[in-house]
Amino acid sequence: MALTPPSERIWWRQPIAKIELIWIIVAFTWGLIMFFMMIYWHGAGKQNLSNEAYQIKPQAFAQKAQAMIDEYQVREESGFPVVRPPPGSDVYLIARLWQWWPILEFEKDQSYRLHLSSMDWQHGFSLQPVNINLSVQPGYEMIVTITPDVAGEYGVLCNEFCGIGHHNMVGKIYVVE
Amino acid sequence: MGKLFDYRTCPTTGLRVDRAAENLIKANAVVAIVFLAIGGLFGLLVALTRWPAVHFLPADWFYLALTAHGFDVLLVWIIFFEMAVLYFASAVVLNSRLAGPKWAWTGFGLMLVGAVTTNVAVLQGGSSVMFTSYVPMMAEPHFYLGVILFAVGALLGCGVFFGTLVVAKREKTYEGSIPLVTFGALTAAIIAVFTIASGAIILIPTLLWSVGLVSHIDPLIYKTIWWAMGHSSQQINVAAHVAVWYAIAAMVFGAKPLSEKISRMAFLMYILFLQLASAHHLLAEPGLSSEWKIFNTSYAMYLAVLGSMIHGLSVPGAIEAAQRSRGLTKGMFEWLRKAPWDNPAFSGMFMSLVFFGFIGGISGVVMGTEQINLIMHNTIYVPGHFHGTVVAGTTLAFMAITYLLVPLIFRRELMMKKIARWQPYVFGFGVAGISIFMMGAGTLGVSRRHWDMTFADAVLPFDYPAAAYLMMTLNGIFAILAAIGGIMFVVVVVGSVFFGKKLAEDEKPSYPEVPPESVAVSHYGSSETLKIPGTIMLVSIFFVAFVLYYFVNWKYLSEVWPLS
Repeated sequence: MALTPPSERIWWRQPIAKIELIWIIVAFTWGLIMFFMMIYWHGAGKQNLSNEAYQIKPQAFAQKAQAMIDEYQVREESGFPVVRPPPGSDVYLIARLWQWWPILEFEKDQSYRLHLSSMDWQHGFSLQPVNINLSVQPGYEMIVTITPDVAGEYGVLCNEFCGIGHHNMVGKIYVVE
Repeated sequence: MGKLFDYRTCPTTGLRVDRAAENLIKANAVVAIVFLAIGGLFGLLVALTRWPAVHFLPADWFYLALTAHGFDVLLVWIIFFEMAVLYFASAVVLNSRLAGPKWAWTGFGLMLVGAVTTNVAVLQGGSSVMFTSYVPMMAEPHFYLGVILFAVGALLGCGVFFGTLVVAKREKTYEGSIPLVTFGALTAAIIAVFTIASGAIILIPTLLWSVGLVSHIDPLIYKTIWWAMGHSSQQINVAAHVAVWYAIAAMVFGAKPLSEKISRMAFLMYILFLQLASAHHLLAEPGLSSEWKIFNTSYAMYLAVLGSMIHGLSVPGAIEAAQRSRGLTKGMFEWLRKAPWDNPAFSGMFMSLVFFGFIGGISGVVMGTEQINLIMHNTIYVPGHFHGTVVAGTTLAFMAITYLLVPLIFRRELMMKKIARWQPYVFGFGVAGISIFMMGAGTLGVSRRHWDMTFADAVLPFDYPAAAYLMMTLNGIFAILAAIGGIMFVVVVVGSVFFGKKLAEDEKPSYPEVPPESVAVSHYGSSETLKIPGTIMLVSIFFVAFVLYYFVNWKYLSEVWPLS
């Protein structure tokens, strides 16, 4: 029994039953497939998280974001500036208690370098209903190149708990033809 | 030989039971169940609040209840019960005295003081920082202090466990190698030491930061080291509940592991590779390389998953072999059909095995895939996954073995047998529902740790699809079912422990039936007992489900916005 010492004293010399051996080989092979699938996707897949990130002071990030807003703001909505930066450019999204600032407007099928950083606590960038989810840290600037491929209106929610206003932290991204 | 320590002889197993160990097992198990009841109640309040039509608690109370729920069940209930498992798997199983019972009581006291301190901090309202307490969000100093005291106490318990292994070996209380269950408990204890050390490394500076002695804690460093505790503490659970599966299979069926070598190798893989999985929590973080993420999130090419898949074959395989050798050989599944489904120790254990594999296990591997994580990270899919592992897996397994501990250690007849018989089903299906519907809501983008999915007070509006509301409603309904199952458990166990019929020193309990040791069956290597077609069918179904679900999620991923 599993509650008594092994009945064969030299248990490590006992042969392995065929069925167990087959199962181990199947499971190990499946592990290798899953392992190489991640590597394969870096080459063949279109959805990979960039490793580009820098340490940055919150004020410095806010300044870069403000410069973008000043240059490319097209209108205002519910007190939020709506910014339409040119395709291929660097786009800044500020996470802070409890806002995603500003509202961004992208052109469909164009790529943008999206910079994310937090001014205070940890936040979670959750793009809905696409369901892309990234961590946003204070003191770190993460840069991902995104290519919105469906036009529409998207919500940016916070999915990292950030205090009592966490559930009101909603931002917006427009993708236009 | 004279009586070296105060023991009684167990009439069921013939083993000597150290009274000091017995009292410690009782104390740890009782406190564990008290915290299960408290934490479970908080969990019900959380689920009722996330049920859109009920929306029970106000926002501040919701975040408070969620913090308390996470701490009380994920840490306090489980670690207290694991201390009971460690003392049982060392002193009782090895027929030995417990090393340093005073140290064990000191550890128990520290854990209790720590658990109460942190609970007080949370209930005071100034520490609603969630179980993870990510910096720079700050809790009250005594929130961290309580966690640290709790961890130190648990470390003492692990030390007593290791000491008992040494004592048993030296005093030759058993022959040959330690039993497999003890080996599994040893795995859990080794992982626990790593876990607690990581916790100390990050929480002690955080405590100093909260009182103003340290000026800055880097949030990424915090997260990295915190998860070396946070995820690893869940790996203690895996090792412990797998040991409990083997123990219940042995006690209920007299089942013998198919292969000691393979089962022990699988536990060894847990020690070597399981910890790497703390990388699962860092896949969406800035500044970590893909190479680091891929190696760690896959436990070095899924070697710890291999360990679990081995147990997934050898635990039901051992039961099937034992049942077949008793003559239940008809067809593929007579052994399973005629298993004691009215014995809560067995039904709880078997559901724990199935749910842990199919719900918790598969979802964990899929979610831990570097790229697939992008479409699940921090959605409510994550709690869906870990309710499948920690609640349907660990908690259900611990409940199941409690039904054996009540007569064997507490020496009381189990009361309310009808309720006990149904309890694992009510709780198990409740939790399975919670897990599945949270995972469903997560794939629709619903955020975890979130008070209001309608965003009624937000400046900018956002609407989830109607299906997400349905999922969260079903989650609430199944949470009620699970809560009923939890109440049934507490009522039966607490009732039996305090008011059950006392068993005389030499009296065997009548229920649940435990076969005498002499029926230990299924001699390894004999060809007729090793035919386990039913188990082969079960693991084949599991494997197909695993492969399909894995690739379905790659398909989902391929449809979202390209990003690089």
